[in-house]
Amino acid sequence: MRQDSLRQREQRTGWWLVAPALLFLILIYAYPIARSIGLSLFSQNLGTELQPVFTGLSNYSRMAVDGRFWQSLGNTTLFTVLSVLLELLLGLGIALVLNRSFRGRGVVRTIALLPWALPTALIATTWTWIFNDQFGVWNDLLLRLGLIQTGVNWLGDPNWALWTVIAADVWKTTPFIAILLLAGLQSIPADLYEAHAIDGATAWQSFWQITLPLLLPQILIASLFRFAQAFGIFDLIQVMTGGGPGGATETVSIYIYATIMRYLDFGYGAALVVVTFVILSLAVALAAWGLTRLRAAHNLGDSR
Amino acid sequence: MTQLSPRQSSRSPSSRSNRRAQVVWMQRLGFGLAIGAIVGFSLAPILWQVLTSVKTTADIAAIPNVYLPRQFTAEHYLEIFRRQPFFNYMLNSFLVASLSTLLCLAIGTPAAYALARLRLPGESALLAGVLIVTLFPYILLFLGLLELVRMFGLANHYLALIVPYTAINLPLTILVMRSFFQQLPRDLEDSAKVDGYNTLQMLWQILLPLTLPALVTTGILAFIAAWNEFIFALTFITRESMKTIPVAVAQLSGTAVFEIPYGALAAATVVGTLPLVVLVLLFQRRIVQGLTAGAVKG
Repeated sequence: MRQDSLRQREQRTGWWLVAPALLFLILIYAYPIARSIGLSLFSQNLGTELQPVFTGLSNYSRMAVDGRFWQSLGNTTLFTVLSVLLELLLGLGIALVLNRSFRGRGVVRTIALLPWALPTALIATTWTWIFNDQFGVWNDLLLRLGLIQTGVNWLGDPNWALWTVIAADVWKTTPFIAILLLAGLQSIPADLYEAHAIDGATAWQSFWQITLPLLLPQILIASLFRFAQAFGIFDLIQVMTGGGPGGATETVSIYIYATIMRYLDFGYGAALVVVTFVILSLAVALAAWGLTRLRAAHNLGDSR
Repeated sequence: MTQLSPRQSSRSPSSRSNRRAQVVWMQRLGFGLAIGAIVGFSLAPILWQVLTSVKTTADIAAIPNVYLPRQFTAEHYLEIFRRQPFFNYMLNSFLVASLSTLLCLAIGTPAAYALARLRLPGESALLAGVLIVTLFPYILLFLGLLELVRMFGLANHYLALIVPYTAINLPLTILVMRSFFQQLPRDLEDSAKVDGYNTLQMLWQILLPLTLPALVTTGILAFIAAWNEFIFALTFITRESMKTIPVAVAQLSGTAVFEIPYGALAAATVVGTLPLVVLVLLFQRRIVQGLTAGAVKG
């Protein structure tokens, strides 16, 4: 009896300790999503004099035939897949180098971390300047190397603009992946490699047979985080191109922002939010499922 | 780990060892190049911005580019403070970031403790929720928050930023602090209870001093995230004197239609990133620890 009441008291305290945090999370995360779902069933725009009018699923049927939405979804997918892939490759390379011990490793690690910590909106202006068509240093370097004959308008050319913002994003977030993968590398016991080397394996073979399989959970976690962030990319593109030229870099989040803040189309904006949320949730659920399966397989392997 | 893979089987000693010395030398060179590439990749854009900020306007607009400034100038730095309330921007960012960080630690730490030790029913659902929430991009939240801000009359009020920033940093705080509490030995709490402390007293008087390093780690990460946040700051604050650094600098590049003030923009970027560069230089190790703890636990 007494034991039980002690336990209950402890739990009551526990709930009081959790309550403020829970309140903040509900207010800032759950409420906006729920509100968007509700609002997406209404038309609330300049046509309705900003009064909400119930229109059922009409926002969603409008989205189905909205070419601009589909284009932004395509851009977002392309941006996400390419930048996360490039970041994984580069991040893995950096992590492998930083995993070796050498003089000045601490300094190099600090330097490699730097891009991640800097404000994206400010870094966006830096890259805009680097890729400037007239005075940009990137054009100047390529011209000096003879790789191009005339300056390229990187951010103004629809064929190049998306690549340009991907380059900036890769620079900014590769360190994040490198850090996570480095932590993973450091948890792989060294005697695994030694045993493998005694068996006559080359460094290349042990990379494929030891490093990569054991690093897979970290790779998946890092990709999951980065996928979600890249899919919602806003500040970098808003500052660098604003979605232009001609919508060539318009991602879903840029389109959502313009729909709400420029066209004041709140109902449709809410529907866009809901669809983005659903797509993202599905992708995350898929990745989480993969991760649990992988972990289960690992545990089986360990117990054998 | 440091040694190169020892695959020596010495048959014909001299030529073998010669070749091996060559291979080792090549590997060293390759490794040095790789390190150089990492440093160059990470620093070059920042360096270019710093150089631009101290060049004269004539050098900035020179074709072909002038790499090293022919003449150093502080003109752009003076300009951003003269022409714009740049001190205000810095102050706003500092205020909003530090207050939200403190609030986040104050709210997140007790929650993390409860989730680590007090065996609440529904604990794992709560943790899963916290984890999933870290994956939400802010664009999904800003419409609902905009309405809340209007409802409470918080437009152009610091609270319109402090409250969301506290919330967006809570998941990381809870995850990192929880893993920290789990590593603490339980005896400490048990003996404190024997001594008659209740949970709150114990948390405040005994555990808090111990958690200080973890609090610093999470605090730095939260501060960085709050300092860098863009979309809420762009949407909820429209009064010039209350803008934060990222928004103010981003709009600097959009204001001048005919001539973008590249020098001033570069100077503003340097000033706005400086506090974070200092943080990274001082706390590199802690930042790395916090990031990996936050992500790997998930």
